[in-house]
Amino acid sequence: MAGAVHTDEDEIRADVEAYLRAHEQKELLRFVVIGSVDDGKSTLIGRLLHDTGRVYEDQLNAVKRASARGATRGAGSEAEVDFSLFTDGLRAEREQGITIDVAYRYFTTPRRKFIIADTPGHVQYTRNMATGASTANVAVILIDARLGVLAQTRRHAYIAALLGIPHLVACVNKMDLVGWDEATFARIRDELTTFARGTGIPDVTCLPVSALRGDQIAQRGDAAPWYDGPTLLEHLETVPIEADRNLVDLRFPVQYVIRPSLDYRGFAGQLASGVLRAGDEVIALPSGRRSTVASIDTFEGPIAEAFAPMSITVRLADEIDVSRGDMLIAAGAARRPAVGDRLDAMLVWLSERPLDPGRSYLLKHTTRVVRADVERIDGVIDPETLAPEPATRLSLNDIGRVSIHCHQPVFFDAYADNRATGAFILIDSLTNDTVAAGMIRGATTGAARDDGPRAQVSAAERRARLGQAGAVVTVGGRDADEAHGRAFLIERVAFDAGHVAAVVDAAAADAVAAAGMWAIVAAPGAGGARLDGAEVHLPAAASADDDEALARAVLAALELGGKRGATEPFD
Amino acid sequence: MSTLDPRRLSHLRQLEAESIHILREVAAEFDRPVMLYSIGKDSSVMVRLAQKAFAPGPLPFPLLHVDTTWKFRAMYEFRDRFCAEQGFELLVHKNERALADGINPFDHGSNKYTQVMKTHALLDALRLYGFDAAFGGARRDEERSRAKERIYSFRDQHGQWDPKHQRPELWSLYNGKVKRGESIRAFPLSNWTELDVWQYVWLENIPIVPLYFAAPRPVVERDGALIMVDDERLRLRPGEVPRTEVVRFRTLGCYPLSGAIRSTATTLPEIIQEMLLARFSERQGRLIDHDEEGSMEVKKREGYF
Repeated sequence: MAGAVHTDEDEIRADVEAYLRAHEQKELLRFVVIGSVDDGKSTLIGRLLHDTGRVYEDQLNAVKRASARGATRGAGSEAEVDFSLFTDGLRAEREQGITIDVAYRYFTTPRRKFIIADTPGHVQYTRNMATGASTANVAVILIDARLGVLAQTRRHAYIAALLGIPHLVACVNKMDLVGWDEATFARIRDELTTFARGTGIPDVTCLPVSALRGDQIAQRGDAAPWYDGPTLLEHLETVPIEADRNLVDLRFPVQYVIRPSLDYRGFAGQLASGVLRAGDEVIALPSGRRSTVASIDTFEGPIAEAFAPMSITVRLADEIDVSRGDMLIAAGAARRPAVGDRLDAMLVWLSERPLDPGRSYLLKHTTRVVRADVERIDGVIDPETLAPEPATRLSLNDIGRVSIHCHQPVFFDAYADNRATGAFILIDSLTNDTVAAGMIRGATTGAARDDGPRAQVSAAERRARLGQAGAVVTVGGRDADEAHGRAFLIERVAFDAGHVAAVVDAAAADAVAAAGMWAIVAAPGAGGARLDGAEVHLPAAASADDDEALARAVLAALELGGKRGATEPFD
Repeated sequence: MSTLDPRRLSHLRQLEAESIHILREVAAEFDRPVMLYSIGKDSSVMVRLAQKAFAPGPLPFPLLHVDTTWKFRAMYEFRDRFCAEQGFELLVHKNERALADGINPFDHGSNKYTQVMKTHALLDALRLYGFDAAFGGARRDEERSRAKERIYSFRDQHGQWDPKHQRPELWSLYNGKVKRGESIRAFPLSNWTELDVWQYVWLENIPIVPLYFAAPRPVVERDGALIMVDDERLRLRPGEVPRTEVVRFRTLGCYPLSGAIRSTATTLPEIIQEMLLARFSERQGRLIDHDEEGSMEVKKREGYF
């Protein structure tokens, strides 16, 4: 067993002031540790805390006492200390031997200060994983070397990608239990890397480790001579995170107006992204009024330049109306935030009470709170395949793509471009619970723009009249004739059932669907049929060339969506 | 490395920016916030961050000291001078009924005493003034159950914390919606560690109570802790004779419940050096946590900070 590592102890003894000055320059890195139950997450975190000297002797003694009582496993002879106990927080968890809520842990090295979000790995706790991932720079995913990449591992990587974490580190743990077999590691590494890259995570690294024994966590160990990469700690200390910040697009959500006297009006807030200089010309949203930055004030006095994520106070040269919830952006910006009231977004549903499309929620985005309703569920991610499937419900731990209508405009960027201005939460206005976390993909089709005329007929009104929600069906076939034949059959079947459907060119499909109709597109070569991008499954009994069965299956899927649309109230 | 990047915030400046964001968010979203002021180093840092958040204006909320009447004399002196100098509105609240009943840390055990003099007094004060949000200087690295505390910690009408039904907290989008009588405890220092706090005190030259620095002080050794004989109310047990030792305190609370450590550290760097080399965690000096395993969680469920 490795002892505690106090790498900087000599330095602290010799010259503490030099040590402190050096530590003033440290960076901050947040990471989330995710993994399935029993992958050894708590042990890994306990290891990191212990091996970086973060565990004090009284804590160690308390944990040793608890380890001896055999709180979570029979007292192992190998491990005198149960490292997982360092991270057990709440009574209920200690009693059940599981982790039920996100906990935050801290440790530091001479290079960086680290904040760990320790998230539970049970299937039903997607909520906690999303919470921990929302602020993380790096995701550390644990994989049991004996089990390899499981559906749950893929789910975790998917959530890390969904929450926009740019760096993924996969720790293939319990390597000691597979004899440190290099081929096993290589197979898991290749599978995971391929999958994670596919989800859009740009930086993926894999390490062979044993959290229990401490190999490749903070210390290299000699168990895997074939491995010449960094330890987990080395990697966390050096992974470049500077470039992840957006210092290009100025976004300054106004949080609070400081007005101590008639001569002073300062707009206080934290820069979400970009750089702001005194003298810069800015535009205030939503008014669109322009002004110039007269000064950037701090407690220490005015500064010439501020950058994200600094908290500052801005004074403007002109008396324009700006209040909490407004946003300052650069006047000459190449990329402006979208201004609109319709959002295409991914939602992670966090509440026991499922999404109620008939209900309006409070949407908090930057410093702005508006009423909003979810107009449509465009699909729910299947937890096994991670593909979107048509759905009418969004329940606890579901991830869905939705169309949201805000009752007042918000100023947003796509989450993929800007985590700070692309994220929102939904609050149930009756219970006040936080019910969903949202990541904006963009404006929905036909969304009102800040400078153009607005649509007068809402999607909800169209649904109420037509008794169906607009949809796009793509139908395949071996050649153009077969695909078109099927498309016309679906149109006939839908028409006979009282619906409004039309076979159209692919280019027209979205517009037709936006008008509330079912657009049917023939796509030779594609095989099968897809509804809004999701595969429509044939009944098990039907053969692949049974066009009639295919048309009926498509109609059933469409009606499932259509019925929902028809019963939704609208404002 | 990226140390050459001029547009880079050190970890302390990043923590500072986040704390200021939290302070402003609460001030903007609540009708009647208050800042719990306990006179310790964490309070000193929190107050400085609040000054930074609202400069050049005054703090848009009062400070509230829940006074057990058993704090060190040096703490009262510091409190009164500091608040007067800085022009803060200071509210002091005591559980007068419990004081009249003679509740004290000797006869009633630290558990009962804390519940009555701190938790009950705090809840009384919040009700009395109608505060809907209260800032506290607690850090998540202090204790195991604190590690799961939200930055906006929801409390029901009785001020109770329900750790199993906490609101999910994502990004820096805090949910401050409460019904009448419910409240939020907001913790701007959640992500600071003890080292961060000390380093910031040093960097920013923030005034702290002199008890943190070593000096000759009258103490008795009791139940393995060094207790300072701060006034005549400390009842000496048979055989206890106060003696002068050079000691200091890592954390400050009620003097009969605060253990001193033997130390010669008289400057901030020396304190930090000692802290870094220390092998015992901060709360061990506080006797109130030792009553039972998980005692902090029990207190917090009841409404303690």
